[in-house]
Order: sequence, then C-alpha cells, then structure tokens
Amino acid sequence: MIDLWFVIIAFLWTGYFVLEGFDFGVGLLAPLLSRNDAEQRQSLQTIGPVWDGNEVWLITAVGAMFAAFPAWYSGVFSAFYLHVTLILVGLILRGVGLEWRGKVRNPAWCDMAVMVGSGLPAFLWGAVFADLLFGSAVAAVLGGAFTLAVCLLHGAVFLALRTTGAIRRRARAAALAVSAAVIPVAVLALSNLGTFPALAAMAALAAATALIWRRREGWAFTATAGAIVLATLAVFMELRVRPLPGLTLAEAASGAYTLTMLSWIGLIALPFVLVYQGWTYYVFRKRVRVAA
Amino acid sequence: MDALDLARWQFGVTTVYHFLFVPLTIGLGIFVAGLQTAWHRTGKEHYLKLTKFFGKLFLINFAMGVVTGIVQEFQFGMNWSEYSTFVGDVFGAPLAMEALLAFFMESTFLGLWIFGWDRLPKRVHLACIWAAAIGSNLSAYFILAANAWMKHPVGYEVVDGKARMTDLWAVLTNSTALAQVPHVVGAAFIVAGGFVLAVCGYWMLRRNAPMWRSAARAALVMTAVAGAVVAGTGDMSGKLLYEQQPMKLAAAEGLQHDTAGAGFSVVPGIEIPNVLSFLATNDLNATVQGTEDLQQRFEQQFGPGDYRPDPTVVFWSFRVMIGFGMATVGLSVLGLWLTRRRREFPRWLSRALVAALPLPLLAMIAGWLLSEIGRQPWTVAGELLTAASVSPGVSLTEVAISLAVFTLLYGALAVAEAVLLTRHVRQGVTEPEPAPLAEQRREPSLMY
Repeated sequence: MIDLWFVIIAFLWTGYFVLEGFDFGVGLLAPLLSRNDAEQRQSLQTIGPVWDGNEVWLITAVGAMFAAFPAWYSGVFSAFYLHVTLILVGLILRGVGLEWRGKVRNPAWCDMAVMVGSGLPAFLWGAVFADLLFGSAVAAVLGGAFTLAVCLLHGAVFLALRTTGAIRRRARAAALAVSAAVIPVAVLALSNLGTFPALAAMAALAAATALIWRRREGWAFTATAGAIVLATLAVFMELRVRPLPGLTLAEAASGAYTLTMLSWIGLIALPFVLVYQGWTYYVFRKRVRVAA
Repeated sequence: MDALDLARWQFGVTTVYHFLFVPLTIGLGIFVAGLQTAWHRTGKEHYLKLTKFFGKLFLINFAMGVVTGIVQEFQFGMNWSEYSTFVGDVFGAPLAMEALLAFFMESTFLGLWIFGWDRLPKRVHLACIWAAAIGSNLSAYFILAANAWMKHPVGYEVVDGKARMTDLWAVLTNSTALAQVPHVVGAAFIVAGGFVLAVCGYWMLRRNAPMWRSAARAALVMTAVAGAVVAGTGDMSGKLLYEQQPMKLAAAEGLQHDTAGAGFSVVPGIEIPNVLSFLATNDLNATVQGTEDLQQRFEQQFGPGDYRPDPTVVFWSFRVMIGFGMATVGLSVLGLWLTRRRREFPRWLSRALVAALPLPLLAMIAGWLLSEIGRQPWTVAGELLTAASVSPGVSLTEVAISLAVFTLLYGALAVAEAVLLTRHVRQGVTEPEPAPLAEQRREPSLMY
C-alpha cells in the first residue's frame, strides 16, 4: 500500500511536470517570440484553456503527499521554506497575469508577471528536488538549470506544435537554440543519477532536438514529454529509498486504513480526470492562429 | 514576537485574504450558470449580456481565489509541520479528495467554458459552467470538513503521538461539518448576492434598464434564501458549540461563570434574559458554562495552561458577524417586498445596495475570526496546542520574510483587483457583436 501511494504520488508529479512544463516554457518564451500583441495573445492562447487544470496536478500531488506521507510533506516544505515561498510567488504572478491579461489596459505588466512567474517555479522545482537528492548547492543550481532548460525546450516544441505562421517558425528556431544548452546541462545534471531512466532521458532530449530539426513537431513533443517522464522517474527512484534525509517512507506513511480509503477514491476519480482533461485537449486541438 | 506569532499572523492574513475571493467564486459561479441557463431556456438576449458581464467579473475574481488557494495548501507544511505530521493521516484525506474530486473539475471545465463559447455546442458549453460552479461548491465541502475536524475531531485514534483515521465516513459527516458547510456556503451566496446587488444598484442609478432590475431581483431572492439557510444553520452551530466547544460559546457571549438561564448580551450592558440558554439548548433555564469555570475544568483535564481564547476578538467578531450578516439579508428581504410585482427599485434602495457592499464580506471575515480564534489555544481541540503545531526548524527570519512577501504581494494585488473590478463594472455590458464576417472575428470575448 505504501508503494502504491508512492507510485501514485510519483505519477502526479510526473503529470505536473509534463503538463506545466510546457506552460512554463510558453510563459517564458511568448514575450520573446512575439513581435506584437496579437502574436503574444496567440502564444498564450495555446495554454489558455488548460494551464489551470494542469496546475491542479501539483495541488493533487501535494495533497496526496499530505494525506499519504504527512511527515514527508511537512519535512520537505518546511525544509525548503524560502524556495517554496518563491515558487508560490511565481505561481501567483503567473496565474493573475494569465487571467487578467485580456482585462487590463497595459498587458505588458501581465506578460512580465507571466514570464517571471513561469521562470521562478521552472528553475526552483529542479533546485528543490536536486537539493533533496544530493544536498549540495552546486547540484541544486544544476538541477534548477536543467528543469528551466527542459521547460523552455518543451514549451518551444509545444508552441511550434500548436501554432501557425511566424510564431511556429520562431518557436522551432527557439527550440533548436535552447537544445544547444539543454543537452550539456542534462548531461551534467543527470549523470549525477546515472541510472537507466536518467540516461534514457538524455537520449530522449537528443531525439527531440533531431525531430524538431526535421520539423516532426508531434514526435518532438512526445520526445520532450518522454524525457520529463524519465527524468521524474529517475528522481523518484532515488526518493523511494530516501524521501528525506533521516526519514523512510514507512516512517512517513499514514495508516493502512487511510491509504486504503484514498486508494479507492483515487482509483475511481483519476480515470474521470484523465478523460475530461484529455477531452479538453481534444476540443482545443486545432492550431491557434494569429487573430486579425 | 517569535516564529509562532508570525506564523499565526501569516496564516490569518493569507486565509482571511483567500476567503475574500472564495465566497464570490462559490456564489457568483452558480449565479452566472443560472444566468446562462436563463438565456439558454428563454433565448432572451439580455440574459446573454448579463452572463458575459458577470462572467467577466467572476473570472477576475476567480484568478485571485485560485492563486491565493495554492498558498494555503503549502502553508500547512511550511509553517505548521508538527501540526501536519500529527493530523495528516486524517486531515490530508479531505484535502486530497478536494483536489481530486473538486479542483480538477472546477479548473478544467472553467477553461472549457472561457475558451469554448464558439467551439462547443451550446448545451455542452452550459454544462461546463455548471460543472465548474459545482466543483467550487464541492471543494467548499471538503475543506470545511477538514476545518470542522480541527474543532471537533471525530473518527480517529491517537497512535504513537499521531492521529490515525479510523472512520472516513465519520470525518465526512462530522456534525460540526454538516452544520458548518451550509452555514459557510450560504454565507458565500450572501456575499455574492451583495456583490451582484451593489453592481446592479450602481447601474440602476445610472440608467433605468429592465435588464439590471431582473438581475437584481434574482440576486435579492438568492440573498434572502441564503439568509434563511445561514440563520437556521447558525442556530444549529450554536447548539453544537454548547456541546462541543463550550469555551468558544462562553467567550462569544462574554460569560465568565456557569450560569443557569443565561441571558444573551446584545452589546455589553444590554442583556436579554434567558435567551442564551434557549439558543444553546432550546431550554430557557439550562446552565451555560462560563470561561473561568471552564478554565478550571480544562486545567484539571489537560494540565496547567491558559485555555481561554482572546475574549475581545471572539466577543466582537460574533456581533459583527450577526449584525452585518442580518443587515444584508434584511435589506434584501426589504428589497424583495418593495419591488414586488414589477414595482421599480426606489433610488434610495439602489444607493443602499451599493453602500452595503462591504457588509457581507465583513460578516464573513468576522465569522472566521470567531470560528478560528475561538478555537485557540488549540489547533485540534483537546489534542494539539497551536504552540506545539509550528515548524520547529523554520526560523523567525524565514517566517518574517514570507509574511512580508505575501502581505506586500497580496496588498498590491488587492489594489489591482479592486481597480479591475471597478473598471469592468463601469464599462457595463458589451453589446453583442454583429454576426461574424470572417473566421478571425470569432474570438470569444472572455479569452485573453
């Protein structure tokens, strides 16, 4: 039961990083790739209908940690107090920036808020997890650089996949430019782990670069998503042994009754969530064009 | 000042702030869904205009509710790690269920609603706003069940210094929660009703459009009905306090000693005899416990310590809650009477509705202060003291930094939100666009 809940939590975090990963990338890249307001709106509209739903993956992952492993939840978030504070500031800025953009007089403020609010968590989540695993500042910076770079690549590929016209062309160029940084950072960050999924994640990133070069946007996106899945898997394989220094999963876990109850609820609810979130992506599957 | 004080301030500031937006989301979501349903059923264009107008205000507010809500979920772990470790087994379950069963639904379907105006069949699009609004209300249930457990813990046992859940159903059907959920959700509808009425009042003063009258009438009904629910469940809550949280009841009444046939003090000095005993038990002569006598009993039970909450805050927040809440509901009942059978809104009534905007919000804040400061010195009544709940490893500096950061950010956002809402209220409804000429014109008005 403890293992099942660890897997569910790893799954929720993976979903969060795959989905918010491109939201963060788009938020960071949109102002850099757009030459005017229409293009900026076009870029942000690719994530408009889905970003809030994607963020709930984080809420659920953290809620599940709280319920299934209370000591792990409280240990991690009190230990990384200032990191989490800044992540929350980022998520606040990004959320209001996105939702208010169409309703304010000067959207430049909102674009700035979205950019900062995407960059902070994209960097800091990597820093938190790397610090958790290796406990060194160098590893933390490297981990942050890795997640930031991967979010940028993931977001650029997503933009190329979901838009038409100039933004699509520039997003592809940005993806190629970013991949020049992603590969070396990934080698440095993931070689610390050295496990099979970590190595496979590097391979997936390399494949993504080749695929976007060949304009296979759908496959390139699959590759960046795969790289995030594999990298998250590598991290959680380590966390399984040692979720927090001086703490084991069994010590942190809630009782068997609570875990059983949560399992039933999760098993019933998660398929529905996957179906209706999937449907959202289906409804908004058409490439976003620039508004006249 | 130590880290505990600052952590408490931070929780108070961020939670009260969060709950300025949440009730609007809860009530306004259903109101907008109702407007869109009216449009769907009748085909009358003014319902569509109102849907889009209030929908925009709803979204401006929704963003704030979401982003301030994220802070809440992390805050338990950041500042209250001892609390989280103690309660997670029980308290975490409704939180996880809230995310899984309510938040996903709310945010996903709201995204579909915002961007789906021209892409979804009308009926499906209408279902989306209902799904989002029901998700908001469902989330209120789960979080209030978790909150009620802190005040009246049930369905658990303490093993190795941690609470272990033994009965999830008992946690979800806690008598305290069953009284509190309709009380708070009802109050949320009063807040939303008060907001809609203030907006409509403003527009009825500017021009005499039947559209605003119809929206205002709907909001009057909503507020009055919610008022009845809140009053009824408030009475239930009072009786539960008598059994479950006698200290809070005594502090709310400023009752120091056990008293048979206790009177209800309206304000200090004015007392209605026997009414407190009646409200608490339906018996005019029942004995209600007082704070000082309870203090002695608690010392015997739990050891030395001060088990009395801040008497001033609890006493006055109770009165503000009742007074401002009843004023809002009273105004709406009066409004319903004055505007019965196609009578116009008198100008003074419209002015009063605008002026009454802050009242339900203040009542809501006061209600939370009563509920949570009245719970002190416990985080989990009878089990865990607030002083023992705080994170041991977090320094004063760290809490001070996060408190300062959140307070400044929240302050700035409050100004921005107020400006945005005011501007969009002033702009009023937008005339529907003429039939789209080209594909590109088909850009829904609520998108970015």
